[in-house]
Amino acid sequence: MPLPLAVDEAPNPWLSWSYVRDNADAIIAATKQHITLTVVSVALGLLLSIPLALLARRFRRLETPLLGLTGFIYTIPSLALFALLAPVTGLTAKTVVIGLTGYTLLVLVRNVLAGLDGVPPEVVEAARGMGIGPVRMFLRVQLPLALPTILAGVRVATVSTVALVTVGVVVSNGGLGQLIFEGFNNNLYHAEILTASLLCVLLAAVADLLLLLLERLLTPWTRR
Amino acid sequence: MSIVNDTAAWLTDPDHWSGPDGIPHRLVEHLAVSGAAVGIACLIALPIAFVLGHTGRGGGAAVNLSNASRAVPTFALLVLLAATPVGFGNRATVVALTVFAIPPLLTNAYIGVRDVDPEVREAARGMGMTGRQLMRRVELPLALPLVAAGIRTVAVQVVATATLAAYVGGGGLGRLIADGFGRADPAMTAAGGVLVALLALVVELTLAFVQRRVTPGPVRRRVRPLAPPESAVVPPAV
Repeated sequence: MPLPLAVDEAPNPWLSWSYVRDNADAIIAATKQHITLTVVSVALGLLLSIPLALLARRFRRLETPLLGLTGFIYTIPSLALFALLAPVTGLTAKTVVIGLTGYTLLVLVRNVLAGLDGVPPEVVEAARGMGIGPVRMFLRVQLPLALPTILAGVRVATVSTVALVTVGVVVSNGGLGQLIFEGFNNNLYHAEILTASLLCVLLAAVADLLLLLLERLLTPWTRR
Repeated sequence: MSIVNDTAAWLTDPDHWSGPDGIPHRLVEHLAVSGAAVGIACLIALPIAFVLGHTGRGGGAAVNLSNASRAVPTFALLVLLAATPVGFGNRATVVALTVFAIPPLLTNAYIGVRDVDPEVREAARGMGMTGRQLMRRVELPLALPLVAAGIRTVAVQVVATATLAAYVGGGGLGRLIADGFGRADPAMTAAGGVLVALLALVVELTLAFVQRRVTPGPVRRRVRPLAPPESAVVPPAV
């Protein structure tokens, strides 16, 4: 609500179709970057956490230090992490991806580990009795059975990452965060700030829903 | 590597340890803003959580609120609040940080009270305890470990978010990073990063110690998978 004493000021509505219409290109570009940064970071995180979890299962003594390390990374505020990376990797998307991938490890390693640990030993035993090799055992037996837990982790990691991408604005690669900060610097341009913020929340919700659907598709046996 | 030397040189320069822009002043500012936010958030969230947990009502809403809050970028909320009458500066930062801190505190404390073994509750009732005695002498002590975990989670999150506040006119150690980026001074940027990371780790380790002290041995939990419904245990990274 505009204050009564500000009658002379230009209107600054929170929602404005003309803003969206006139800036459609910039909004789409920022959304695309936001999605790309999220997908790349979570995918890299998943690719890293599977071998890490397997390593921790092979050498149980590594489990505690490994989980401790992911917790250590998670504790470092994103702004500080970007500030530490930027002098080396510069004001690039690389800086953002490295940082965000690091954050996904906390949830992903934990859930991959828990998922694999949750596979009933008698199932593994039965498969081994059928003469299945270690690679097929992992791909055809253990991974599918661990999938619900792994995907639950992917959902948590994705929603967090969508929110965190905005901080990438400090290295000029913040997806929708760029628009939020631009709106802030642009004399508090309400429509720009709110539109970009709402899109962030919408992206997180859509991603969560899509991953839920993916889980349904990939694990039909979990439905009664 | 020269950036490491430059950062070390920046951090040991006596000029950077005095005055209103100096590290000590920024640190005090950071701690004051964060401490005020965590304190106010506790005063608001904990009583509500205890009552909700005791009556067993509204819990789903509390957990959902906490999960939904994960999807809202703290940076967006900081900027949005700056654009409202809350405005910017240190007082506005305290308001924003308090808003962020309430959902995880609420959820953890609620789950802590709700998860008290129904048989323990039954036994306490059987001993003739009133609802209030049950809450004060049974539920709250048993919920304490999770309440402490919530406070630890929130404190780390608030310290991290307070850093971001520098970008919307706040003070604290985040100023070093924001100014470092602004002046294209890598040594200052990295020095700010080192100090903020250290502060977050010190807060985390200190409160983890406190949490262990208030958690009786048998209750200490093992690592469990994080399914979305219990994801309240994992704070959103900031």
